[in-house]
Amino acid sequence: MKSNHDKGSVVFDHVIKNYGDVTAINDVSFRVEPGNLVTLLGPSGCGKTTTLRMIAGLEHASAGRILISGKDVTQLPATDRDVSMVFQSYALFPHMSVVQNVAYGLVASGVNKQEAHAKSEDALALVGLHGYGERLPSELSGGQQQRVAVARALVLEPEVLLLDEPLSNLDAKLRRQVREEIRELQQKLGLTAVYVTHDQEEAMAVSDRIIVMNKSIIAQEGSPKTLYEEPNSSFIADFIGDANLVDVEILDRANDRVNVDIAGLQKYLPAREFSLGPAKLAIRPDAIQLTASAGNQVGITGNIRHATYLGNQMQYDVECELGSLFVVDYQFKQGLIAGSDVQINFADRGLVLVKAN
Amino acid sequence: MKNSLVLWLLVGWVGYFILPWYLLEDGLFAFDWLFDGYPFDEDYSPAFIQVFSTDKAWLLPLVISLLLPLKALTLKKSDRAYASYLICSGSLGLAYLVIQGFAIGVSGWQFSLFANYFLDSEFNQYGMGYGALLYGLSMLMLLTTGLAARGVMKGDVFVTSSIGLIIAIVTVFVFYPVSQVLISAFQDNQGAFSSASFIDKFFDEKIWGLGCTTRSVSCGIAWNSLTLALLTATITTGLGLAFALIVTRTGFIWKKQLRLLTVLPIITPPFVIGLALILLFGRSGVVTEFFADLFGLEASRWLYGLPGVLFAQVLSFTPISFLVLIGVVEGVSPSMEEASQTLRADRWNTFKNVSLPLMRPGLANAFLLSFIESMADFGNPMVLGGNFEVLSTEIFFAIVGAQNDQGYAAVLAILLLAFTLSAFFAQRIWLGKKSYVTVSGKADSGAHMGLNPMLKMSCYSIALPWALLTLVIYGMIMFGGFVKSWGYDHSFTMQHYEDAFALNWTELGLVWQGAAWDSFWTTLSISAIAAPLTAAVGLLTAYLLVRQSFKWKSGFEFGTMLSFAIPGTVIGISYILAFNVPPLELTGTGVILIICFVFRNMPVGVRGGIAAMSQLDKSLDEASLTLGANSFSTFRNVILPLLRPAIIAALTYSFVRAITSVSAVIFLVSADHNMATSYIIGLVENGEFGIAIAYCSVLILVMLSVILAINLLVGERKLRRSNRLSNAIKKNSNAPLKLKEAE
Repeated sequence: MKSNHDKGSVVFDHVIKNYGDVTAINDVSFRVEPGNLVTLLGPSGCGKTTTLRMIAGLEHASAGRILISGKDVTQLPATDRDVSMVFQSYALFPHMSVVQNVAYGLVASGVNKQEAHAKSEDALALVGLHGYGERLPSELSGGQQQRVAVARALVLEPEVLLLDEPLSNLDAKLRRQVREEIRELQQKLGLTAVYVTHDQEEAMAVSDRIIVMNKSIIAQEGSPKTLYEEPNSSFIADFIGDANLVDVEILDRANDRVNVDIAGLQKYLPAREFSLGPAKLAIRPDAIQLTASAGNQVGITGNIRHATYLGNQMQYDVECELGSLFVVDYQFKQGLIAGSDVQINFADRGLVLVKAN
Repeated sequence: MKNSLVLWLLVGWVGYFILPWYLLEDGLFAFDWLFDGYPFDEDYSPAFIQVFSTDKAWLLPLVISLLLPLKALTLKKSDRAYASYLICSGSLGLAYLVIQGFAIGVSGWQFSLFANYFLDSEFNQYGMGYGALLYGLSMLMLLTTGLAARGVMKGDVFVTSSIGLIIAIVTVFVFYPVSQVLISAFQDNQGAFSSASFIDKFFDEKIWGLGCTTRSVSCGIAWNSLTLALLTATITTGLGLAFALIVTRTGFIWKKQLRLLTVLPIITPPFVIGLALILLFGRSGVVTEFFADLFGLEASRWLYGLPGVLFAQVLSFTPISFLVLIGVVEGVSPSMEEASQTLRADRWNTFKNVSLPLMRPGLANAFLLSFIESMADFGNPMVLGGNFEVLSTEIFFAIVGAQNDQGYAAVLAILLLAFTLSAFFAQRIWLGKKSYVTVSGKADSGAHMGLNPMLKMSCYSIALPWALLTLVIYGMIMFGGFVKSWGYDHSFTMQHYEDAFALNWTELGLVWQGAAWDSFWTTLSISAIAAPLTAAVGLLTAYLLVRQSFKWKSGFEFGTMLSFAIPGTVIGISYILAFNVPPLELTGTGVILIICFVFRNMPVGVRGGIAAMSQLDKSLDEASLTLGANSFSTFRNVILPLLRPAIIAALTYSFVRAITSVSAVIFLVSADHNMATSYIIGLVENGEFGIAIAYCSVLILVMLSVILAINLLVGERKLRRSNRLSNAIKKNSNAPLKLKEAE
């Protein structure tokens, strides 16, 4: 007997997926805890959607095991799995009314029509679409269609809810609202959810945990905070929030801090696993402080190549000894225009040592 | 899931224990067998009784495959033995069914090899009937269910079974008959294998002779066919392009009417154009006589031969290439042309250097299509050929004529097949990856560039007279049936219609007195039965091709599309060779006509289905699957309803095609099942043009009204679509119009 503890969990155990000679997923293992919302994040072609489709049963693993609620489902087709999915395109059946769409899964699994429709109306009310049941999907706005897709997936009370870039067809303002609604609903119902996106901000906003994938493998897994503050590679540092990657020298290690030499400037940073010698440093764009050059100030000397005005912030490309740095500044200082010389300093937060890949 | 297994097993039992095993003279649905000695009469017995009452002991082993699966029913689906039992019984049953069918024929053992071991050649059997059909179907389903249980196609029974079914029927009704032609070509007239006689026949002077270049004898048939096909293809492609350019790139006011031209070839029986040409340009034709009176020219027979056939074929096939090229010309993205113009190229240079090269694959496609059509055309050469012999008609005369030389017919068939298949291969391989045309996807904004004046004038001057001529021809067909006797007596008469379609009220009720009623009703009913079958097979195949991926898929696709490239005459002769003897003895029945139509028209259904299904987002299927519906109910509840327009189109098209086809049909009709087209050919051969024309115009009207009625019934969806189409033309914008017809 499997324990209740496993209900809703998803486990990948050394899963490999090949398409002919191409390896889409290369020996991936992870576990999604029940009730968590876990995001698969990565650049396009990294294997995140394939991973999601393997949980759904739309693709089958070439090797390894997949477990849902502790049960081995590796060979089980999509039809027989207790998961449901919200598609990127929503995939609402255009020839059925909204309520027929939502009831589709219930009817297919043998619930009688009346009960199915009653339950569907409840699900529609849950996503705020009470009274829209008789419309056709084409008569709804994009955001409403998206909610129908969510209702259709939820009404089956699946052990795992899968979402494949559910917000990518919505405009930017709506995206923020809907992602909060989805998160709220997921937490209220205590659902396990696996969420695919390529948008790191979206991932940070909704997830309990994030699995970052790159080139068919897991690059790093952890909470949003861990990924941002303790990236294990320059790829993660760059992908989760921008980062300037520069070469530095670790001069000294004392207790859990190291003294780092950044082109002549010295900074104390958390040591983590780093030891003396050359290293890579990821510098967040907003951790760089610029001041207009005026005589003998402390800092690295640089020159502004481009300056871009974005309303709430300024963005600069600065050329200096470390290379070209991308800088974001929320304060508008006088004299920082393209072509002017600047002094560069660093804030205490936003500097992370990373492994050179 | 086991329910369907039980069902298929029951089907097998019914086939083996209850239904008559062998083919019935009067057909199963006459039901007279029920009261005529069933179940013990030798002709009507089911297989199980045949074993004892008529000593057909070789039918007994078949029962094993019906009993083994019972064991599987007691096992769990995940049990390996479950799959093994099913695969084992299914494949054994099928294999044994086929082997015994071929081994024992009407006169005992078919293979001398066996006969040496079993000297007793007392026993024999006739063609298999419905009992055997159900048994075979059941075995096939057991096999595929077993394979699915083994994990084939992710364990999906519906998909596995569908693939198995399509492979089985295409093998039996396309590959098997065609292979019979190949075999027959290598046999001498006594039936012994002989490659020498093949070489003799193949390199005959009559086929390859080049006499016409030096002396005044006619050239070889192969050269005739090739010349004709190349000429027809070149001219029709040029004309088609002119039409397409007018419709898409000019402000011509009757563009919509011009588009109607594309419907014509679908509803025109293939020899009708030839008939009308005779009425116009024949020795006693209207035009001929007019000029004879005017200039004192002597009426000649120029129409009978290459010029006439070419004339008729260009008239017949221009609309087809028009249809193909509309899609091509519209598919050239306007932004390409706009880009060219902003780079300071004028309209002529843009057309020459950008648009035309982009259309080149499409032009080649239209060319090859017309080439195949011309090669396969039977009606026009039949009516107008005279001494100009081409492959497709020569095959027919080799079979039905005085020579009655099956081997020679088979050799010609192989040759014809080689020509059309090369064109087919060229089309698929060479053009497959070369299309620049935007097939689908986002609508390109921007407008197509107009033609430059010179080009526009030349398009007008080529295409418009031709369109006019087409109109005159069709006018002749409608009109010609009311004239007493062409060339001699042009007074009005209803006589031809009376002869063909007279009805009489007598004390016995309504009497279908006209001579044509018989073939008319046969044609309609056989076409009506064939149409839904064609659509079903076509759409199911399209579903498998678009939505499923499996090993050998391209081979599967090739097999299902192959019959498109097989000329009707070749199909006809191959069906005669294959289905005249057991185990499948179908000649003379209506069934063989239906089967012939289904497989001749299936590629069109497949293409239509593929086109329509490619526009349905795959996530719809996946959504249905993840919501717990299996692939069968996904197909039924999601895909089929969304494919309604494609289904209707496939239904209409196959119905109409069945009515108008002649080349294959002419080999397969029988006294009981005569078809309209072959009846009309008979009339033409007897010189009864009046009735023939009258009959043709009735057929055309019937088909037109069927198409219109269906379009009305289908209702809004289609209407909306055509509105959009016309608006798009009006605005000369470029929402890519999806023309689903043959491309």
